[in-house]
Amino acid sequence: MAEQSTNADARAAEDAGGYWAANIRIILISLVIWAVVSFGFGIVLRPMLSGIEVGGTDLGFWFAQQGSILVFLGLIFFYAWRMNKLDKEYGVEE
Amino acid sequence: MDQFTLNLLFVGASFALYIGIAVWARAGSTSEFYAAGRGVHPVTNGMATAADWMSAASFISMAGLIAFTGYDNSSFLMGWTGGYVLLALLLAPYLRKFGKFTVSEFIGDRFYSPTARLVAVICLIVASTTYVIGQMTGVGVAFGRFLEISNTSGLLIGACVVFAYAVFGGMKGVTYTQVAQYCVLIMAYTIPAVFISLQLTGTPIPALGLFSETVNSDGASSGVYLLTKLDQIVTDLGFASYTEAHKDTLNMVLFTLSLMIGTAGLPHVIMRFFTVPKVSDARWSAGWTLVFIALLYLTAPAVGAMARLNISEMMWPNGVNGEAVSVETIESDEKYNWMLTWQKTGLLDWEDKNGDGKIQYYNDKSDAMADKAAANGWEGNELTKFNRDILVLANPEIANLPGWVIGLVAAGGLAAALSTAAGLLLAISSAVSHDLLKGQLTPNMSEKAELMSARVAMAVAIGVATILGLNPPGFAAQTVALAFGLAAASIFPALMMGIFSKKVNNVGAVAGMLSGLIFTLVYIFLHKGWLFIAGTNSFPDTVDGSLFGIQSTAIGAVGAMINFAVAFGVSSVTKETPQEIKDLVESVRTPAGAGAAVDH
Repeated sequence: MAEQSTNADARAAEDAGGYWAANIRIILISLVIWAVVSFGFGIVLRPMLSGIEVGGTDLGFWFAQQGSILVFLGLIFFYAWRMNKLDKEYGVEE
Repeated sequence: MDQFTLNLLFVGASFALYIGIAVWARAGSTSEFYAAGRGVHPVTNGMATAADWMSAASFISMAGLIAFTGYDNSSFLMGWTGGYVLLALLLAPYLRKFGKFTVSEFIGDRFYSPTARLVAVICLIVASTTYVIGQMTGVGVAFGRFLEISNTSGLLIGACVVFAYAVFGGMKGVTYTQVAQYCVLIMAYTIPAVFISLQLTGTPIPALGLFSETVNSDGASSGVYLLTKLDQIVTDLGFASYTEAHKDTLNMVLFTLSLMIGTAGLPHVIMRFFTVPKVSDARWSAGWTLVFIALLYLTAPAVGAMARLNISEMMWPNGVNGEAVSVETIESDEKYNWMLTWQKTGLLDWEDKNGDGKIQYYNDKSDAMADKAAANGWEGNELTKFNRDILVLANPEIANLPGWVIGLVAAGGLAAALSTAAGLLLAISSAVSHDLLKGQLTPNMSEKAELMSARVAMAVAIGVATILGLNPPGFAAQTVALAFGLAAASIFPALMMGIFSKKVNNVGAVAGMLSGLIFTLVYIFLHKGWLFIAGTNSFPDTVDGSLFGIQSTAIGAVGAMINFAVAFGVSSVTKETPQEIKDLVESVRTPAGAGAAVDH
C-alpha cells in the first residue's frame, strides 16, 4: 500500500505538468460556458436573443431564470466525470 | 381543527423527527462530529449539504423578491447556483486533498502565517454574522406567522429556539438529520407550488407551468401565456413589467457575480467538502448538492410569478378595470382570511385612504397612473404594506390550499431558517474558540474553557444578530446577499490564489484579504449605515445615489478584484514563497495520496 502510493507520487511528479495543464484547459472551457449562459444569454446578450420566443417571453429570460441552472448542473457533472477519467489517464487517482 | 393547531402539529412533528434522528445517530467525538459526511454516499451528502445551504433567504425570501421585481432579481437564481460551478471546479477537490477541517487552517498553512489564519477567521466571523442577521429576519417572519404574534415577538422567541438548537449542537453534524430537513423543506416548497401550478396552468410541474398558457376555470387553455398575462396586469396597475430588464446591466452582472463568488467562499458550505471520503467524491458531491438545490431554485421563479398573479387578481377580483376588492369582503370572505392573519404580524397592512370602502392596489408613484387615479378618486395605493418576506409563507393561503399544506410550509420555513442559523452559529463559535482563542491567543486553554468560550461566542453572536435583525438592513435575502459580498471579497480570492498560484505569498495574501474585506465592509456601511444602524449612512442605497454607481449588494465582486490585485501586487515585491509551500501547492493539485481529513 505504502509502496503503491510512493509510485503514484513519483508518477504524479513526472506528469504533474501535463495533468495540471489538461485540468486548467477543462476548467477554462467550462468557465467560458458558465459565463456565456449566465452573464451572456441571461443578462448582457439578452437583447440579441429577444427574437426567440419561449412561453410568453424570450429565451434570455428563460436562461436567466432556469436555463443557466440546468447548464450549471451539466457542467459540474461533466467536470467530475472528465476529471475522474483524467486522473486515471495520468495515474494520479487515489 | 383550526389552522393554528394544525401549524403547531406540523412544526412539532418535524422537530420531533429531527431530534429523534439526532438521538438515534448521535455523534460521539469531535472528529465524528466534523466528519459526519465521511463514509456517506455523495448523493446523501449532497442532500445534507443542500439542507445546510438553503436558508431563510432561499426558502422564505427569494421568491418574494422575484415576485415583486420580476426579471431583475434573476440574479439570485443564477448567483446562488452558479457559485457551485466555481466551488466544484476551483476549490472543492483541492481543499479535500489538503485534508484539514477548516478554511482558516488551509489559509494559515498555505500562506505559512498565523496572521493569515487570524485574518481569515475575522473575515469568516464578519461574513457569518451578517448572514445570521438575514436568517433572524426570516425566523422572525416564520415564528410571527405561525404563533400569530407580532414580528418582533416572533424574532425574540425564534432567537431563543435557534440558540437552544445550536447549543444542542450534535444535530448539525448528523447528516441524516439534515437529510430529513431537506425532505421536509423541499416538500413544503414544491407541494403548494404544484397545486398552484395546476390551478393556474393545468401543469403539475411548476417550472414548466411558468412558461405555459393559463387555463380557465373549466380547465380549458385560455391561449394566453402566464407571463404575458402577468405582464399585462402589472403594467395596467402602473408597475414595471415583469419580464423586461429595468436594472442597469453593470449592477446586475456585478450582483450576480458577487453572489456566485460568495457562494464559493462561504466556510460552512466549503467545510462539507473537506470530509467526503475521496477527492473524486468531492467533485460528485458538489454536483449532487446542486441537483437538490436546483429542485427548489427551478420552482422558485414559478412560485414568485404565480403568487404575484394571484395577489393582483385577488385585489382586483373584477379585473383591473373593474371594482377593487372591498374592505367588507376582506374582513368577511374566507378567501381573504390570510390578509387578516398576516396583518397581526405587522408585515401586511391596508388602509382605505379615500374612504370608498374599497382597497385599490396600484403603483401610486407611476405618472401614467396619476390620471386614472384622479378620474376614479383614488388617493394613493391602499395596500400600504406587503413585506416581501411573507410571500412564500402566505402563498398556500393566498391560493386557498388545504390547511395541512399551510402547516407543512410553516414547518419547511422553520427547518430552512433554523438549520442554517444554527450551522452558522456553530461556525462562528468554533472560529472564536478553536481558531482564535486556542489557535492563537491562549493555546494552553483547557477543553472545558474552550467549550465555554464557544457557548459565550454563540450567545454574543445571536444577541448581535437579534438586535440587528429587529431593524434589518433589508429583506432576508438582501441581507444574506451582503454576507455573500463580504465572503466573496475576502475568503474566495485567498483560497483560489492559494491553489492556482505559487507566487502569492504570506504578505500578499494578508494584504489582499484585508483590503478586500475593508473596502467591501466600508462601502456597505456607507450605504446601509454603520453597523447597519439606520440613518448613519452617507449615501442613499440606490444605483443613482451610490458612491461608484454600484449598489452595496453588488460591491463584493469589486472587493474580490481588489483582493486579487493587491495580493499579486504585494507578492511581486516581497519575499518569494518558500520551496516547501510550492511543494504543498503541487501536492494539493493532484488527487493521489489523499488521506482522511485530520485535525490540527
